[in-house]
Order: sequence, then structure tokens, then C-alpha cells
Amino acid sequence: MTKTGDIRQSRTNLDIRNGQVNLSHGSGGRAMAQLIASIFVKHLDNELLRQGNDQALFNVEAGRMVMSTDSHVITPLFFPGGDIGSLAIHGTVNDVVMSGAKPLYLSAGFILEEGYPLAELEKIVISMAAAAKQAGTAVITGDTKVVERGKGDGVFINTCGIGVVPAGVNISGNRAQAGDAIILSGSIGDHGVAIMSSRENLQFATTIISDSASLHNLVADMLDVTKDIHCLRDPTRGGLATSLNELAAQSAVGMVIEEQKIPIKSAVRAACEILGLDPLYVANEGKLVCICPAEHAASILTTMQQNPLGKNAAIIGKVISDDNHFVQMNTAFGGQRIVDWLAGEQLPRIC
Amino acid sequence: MKYIDEFREHSLAQQLANAIKQEADNNRTYRLMEFCGGHTHAIFRYGIQDLLPDNVEFIHGPGCPVCVLPMGRIDNAIELVEQHDVILCIYADLLRVPASLGKSLLKAKASGGDIRMIYSTQDALKIARDNPNREVVFFAIGFETTTPPTAVAIKQASEQGLKNFSIFCNHVLTPSAMQAILDAPEPVSIDGFLGPSHVSTIIGSQAYEIFAQHYLKPIVIAGFEPLDVMQSSLMLIRQLNTSRHQVENEYTRAVTRTGNVKAQSLMNEVFCLRDEFEWRGLGLIPKSALKLRANYAQFDAELRFQLPAIKASDVKGCECPAILRGAKRPVDCKLLGTVCTPENPMGSCMVSSEGACAAYWSYGRLRGARTNKLSA
Repeated sequence: MTKTGDIRQSRTNLDIRNGQVNLSHGSGGRAMAQLIASIFVKHLDNELLRQGNDQALFNVEAGRMVMSTDSHVITPLFFPGGDIGSLAIHGTVNDVVMSGAKPLYLSAGFILEEGYPLAELEKIVISMAAAAKQAGTAVITGDTKVVERGKGDGVFINTCGIGVVPAGVNISGNRAQAGDAIILSGSIGDHGVAIMSSRENLQFATTIISDSASLHNLVADMLDVTKDIHCLRDPTRGGLATSLNELAAQSAVGMVIEEQKIPIKSAVRAACEILGLDPLYVANEGKLVCICPAEHAASILTTMQQNPLGKNAAIIGKVISDDNHFVQMNTAFGGQRIVDWLAGEQLPRIC
Repeated sequence: MKYIDEFREHSLAQQLANAIKQEADNNRTYRLMEFCGGHTHAIFRYGIQDLLPDNVEFIHGPGCPVCVLPMGRIDNAIELVEQHDVILCIYADLLRVPASLGKSLLKAKASGGDIRMIYSTQDALKIARDNPNREVVFFAIGFETTTPPTAVAIKQASEQGLKNFSIFCNHVLTPSAMQAILDAPEPVSIDGFLGPSHVSTIIGSQAYEIFAQHYLKPIVIAGFEPLDVMQSSLMLIRQLNTSRHQVENEYTRAVTRTGNVKAQSLMNEVFCLRDEFEWRGLGLIPKSALKLRANYAQFDAELRFQLPAIKASDVKGCECPAILRGAKRPVDCKLLGTVCTPENPMGSCMVSSEGACAAYWSYGRLRGARTNKLSA
């Protein structure tokens, strides 16, 4: 994003209201410098980004750091409850904080398609800036590339995040133990259904809002109760079912969850019924799964429920010993079944 | 959710389970074929088998349109894309169905084929209108449930003069499949049928009366919700206990004896019977599938692109054909869970969400693990 010398002097002559991304905006010349200055630096502005180098230079704290990267290729770019800009921040912040870390800094790499309206790009960057500020982080370095029309999908964003893990915190997907409690922070499937319903041919009468949010405060609140949390995972692609299977496999354990305990909004349930989708596999962008010793479960749950992002949190099951590493579910109906890995994409039924 | 939760009510399920346990005769077995993949899915997804006594056994039937589609028809569809450069509009279930030579529509799409996943026939018409310079083919598939919307699309295409639209017709008929199972040279032992639900909204419960009368098999038209399946099972058990063989309708909230006459009329207007059609697992069945009538033949992709009849062989060792007849269970297939998984399906029963193998593998193999053997 940088490579520009004194980038603050480049903010001239960019017609954001009517202009479009063109190949020169990725060429490394004056047009790119103008784009960076007029949109990216203007809205994401912070001291480290303003250095204008090919890298951001900052002091590191003692202790352990985490780093995570994520790419965002969502369609549509704007959806009920968010957009690709805020989603890029939330997604990476959440990946960082699922280690128990305090998020610090982010990078943002933009791949823009020739012809994309600059006004829309600015909206995305403004949204990104607000999300980063709200998460207590900053985008301190970045990059811009432009691909020819038809070679992209408007905007792709890659983000990388780093954070610092507090002393005494040891959260990892391989630490679940038989007897641990499984806590879910809120209703499932909101994001996936919001995205699907905003597509042209799947309009529902009720607007379902994405749950896209950064979970840094929620995790911090939970760690204030106890540092003895074994696993955290945000159930994004593949939904809750995928996260639980990942954790069961990593920790070589089984799980039993209770269908009746899993929060789900009626509108999301209804949409999934219509489409023949299982909400357990539908994506979330503002939820977490916590696996902790049973003796801490009640106090962690109470604290979660006092945070707006955890007000519907529930203990949904427990970890068991199981050489098969099955995730089992006691159905609301009274039977039992496996909650398996997702195979391919969840697709609507044909009859 | 109103009208959904009521059919998944735990306490009612327990009441029904108790009634079944009380009324099922311990001295006999009850082999009930659930005809539809939707029933299979419900049985596994809600753990219904756990609520029933061991002598009440479900046999998975052929009622999954993707599963009974012979491999050659997928080969035809790939040919349409690769050799005729059409825009192929499909329901997404078809994407991963194995074709010959390790191909699939998913792989054809990745290789550049213009394959579009749609949710309704209207989407396919819109794509045809939006792409007047491209041939657009809709892969029409399904039992009587999905046939009327295809008929509507054909009539609309005709009225709108859409010259670049056609269908690759694979619509098949439920009663023919039931008859093929009952007339099989080595018939499967079946005591009664959980009859199709959505199909029956179209064709009505009377379509099955001949089977009840001729083959002396009780049939209960069953809805897809778990309580529907349990109630219908109880109704079948009661018929068998009293040596009755009637068509009963559990799914009265949607199915009548005569069905949807308007939809039937529409189907008859647009489609006629094929002389014969190949079903995976059941072979060639006469008068079991539909084709476009002569006055709509211009919308028939098979004629327009002169598609050949392709006889393709299933993967060696794949027991899908026998599973579709109810002759074998998913656990009887040596490929299950070894080389054949949802991620790497060898046969159609593992591909479709309605398929018996997929339902068993995704939901039901817990029972096998409990008893130290794979049993469905």
C-alpha cells in the first residue's frame, strides 16, 4: 500500500464520487499513490501507517505473540449487518483472540478489480477503519494490486493480525479433555443465512442480519473469570459442526451436544428449513465456542451473558472419551445422531 | 416455528415410541421400506431408529432422484457442456455425482464448463433470456414433485418464443419404481411401505391402491417430519397385525386421494411416457419416465443435440444398485467408509443428501460404533 515517499502529499485529483479503479491504481505510480493517500491512509490513518514505508516498524512486548491471516472473497460485498471491510477486520481479530491474545496490529492487502467504483471502495475502507478502531487495533501496513476487469470479483481483501497472549493463558485446540463443558456464545447460522438471503434469488420477508463482530471484549471478559480455558474457536465456514469436529480431532476426544440447548433464531431456522440446510453447518462471524473445565463453566457462562455479544450464550454439551472422536448429538426429538464433518457445500435439496 | 416444531415434539415422539413398543409383536419382524430419501434422511437425522424396538426395521428405498439417475445421463450432461458449449442449469445435488472416467459436473465446471446452480426452473428461463446468443439447457430431474415446475417452464418458453432454451429430461415416475421393486426376480422381503409424501401431493394416494390390492402390501403415505415417520410406522404395524393391506394416508395435511389435478393435467399436457428408461439399481423399466410431447419437442435437448444413449458401468464393488432396491444396506457395501465417503463418493447413494449411504454415514454410524458393528 505504501512505497510512496511522503504519501500525505499525494492526495490530489482523485474523483472518488464518480471514479473507478483502473490499472494505473496498481501500477506503483502517481495514481496509486493518490489512491492510497485519498482512501486508505485518509480513513485508516494512524502513526505507523503514516510512516509510509514498505513495512511498519513498532516495538514488541515481552511474552508470546500470535499471528493469523485470512482472505476475504465474499459475495455480495455489502450484506445485511456488514460488508467485506468490517468482516475482514472481525475475521482476523477473532482468529487472533481465539488464542486468548489481545489484538494489536493488522495488515490489509487489497486486490481490486478494474472498474470497481471508488466510492464503493471508500465505503469499504471507512467500514474497515471503524471496525479496527472498535476492536482497539490499527491497520499499520498494506498493499494494493489491481487485476483486469473480469479477473476478480470487485474487491478481495487479505488481512493479517498479530496479538499478545497474556501470561498464564494456554488456549489451544488440542487441550479439550473428557469432562470439559462446551459453551456456545449465541445463536448459530446468522451470517450464512444473511449472505444467502441477500443474494438476488433468495429474498426472505424477514431481514436476517449477519452477526459479524469482533469478540475481543468477550474473550477478555471470559479470561477475567479464569485463565483456565482449554479451547476457543470461532465457528465460521462450516459452522458449529465443523468447529466441534476440528476440536474433537485435535484433542482426540469425543463430544456430546444437546440439540435443544443450541440457540438459533426462528428466522434462521425457517430459512434453513426452506433451503434444506442444517444450521449446524451454516457460517457465523461473531460467535465462539469455549471448552473449559466443568467447574468453571457456570461462572464463565454468567460473565458471557453479561456481554452483548454473549447474552444468548449457553452450555450446549460436554467432552467425552471416544476413540472414534465422534461429535454426537442428542436430538430434540429424543434420538441420537452423529454431527459429522461437512462434506462439500451445503446445498438445497431438489425435492 | 409454527407447523414445524409440532412435528418434532419430544413428548409426542415418546408416546408414539411407547405405542409402537406395545403393539409390535415380539414374535415377528416388521420390514418397512421407506420409499423416499426424505424419509431416510429423517430416520437418521432425528435418530428415529433409537426410539423403535429392534424388530421394526427400515429398508431404504429408491426414492432419491439423484441416486436412481444412471451414470450415462451425467455423461450426457458433461457432453452438453464440453462438446456443445451450452450453459447447463442444474440443481446443485447433481454436481458431485460420479460420471464415467472419474468425471463429474463439478470437475467439468472447474475445467471451464458453464454450469450454473439454480433454485428453480424460473432461474433457468431467466438465464436463457439474459443470454440470447447461448444455448441454455435445464437438467430436469426428479419424481412427480418436480415435474410440474418443469412443465410450467416449457409452456413459458413456448409462449415467450425462447429458441435458445431446452431441457434434458430425466423426470421419472414413482409407481413404476415401486412396481419394479415388487416384481424383481429376487424380490426383497418387504412387509409394507412408507409411501412418498411430496410426490403424493401431486399424484394422490390412489396411485398406490393397485399395489396394496395386487401385492397385498400395506402402504401408508407418510410425511417427512419425524413424527410423521413414527406415526406412519405405527399405522403400518397395526395393518400388519390385523392382516390388512390398504393405502392409508397419514399425511392428510397435504395429500388427498386424487392429488393435485391441475398439476397432473399440466404434466399430461407437456409430457408423455417414454417406452423405457434406465434406473440405477433397477435397470430398464418400461413406461417409467417422461419425455416431452411432440408439440414441445423443440425444447428437448436430447433431440436438439442428438445425445446418444450411454451405457455406463458403476464403480466395481459399489453396492448402490442393490441398496436402491432395498436388497442391501449401506453397511453391506465394502466401499462404505473406506474408499467411499461423502468427500470421495464412489456411488450416487453417497452423493445425494437424500441417499441412504450419505444419511447413514453422516448421521447413523454411531449405532454401529455402539454395538461394535456397522449396522443401520
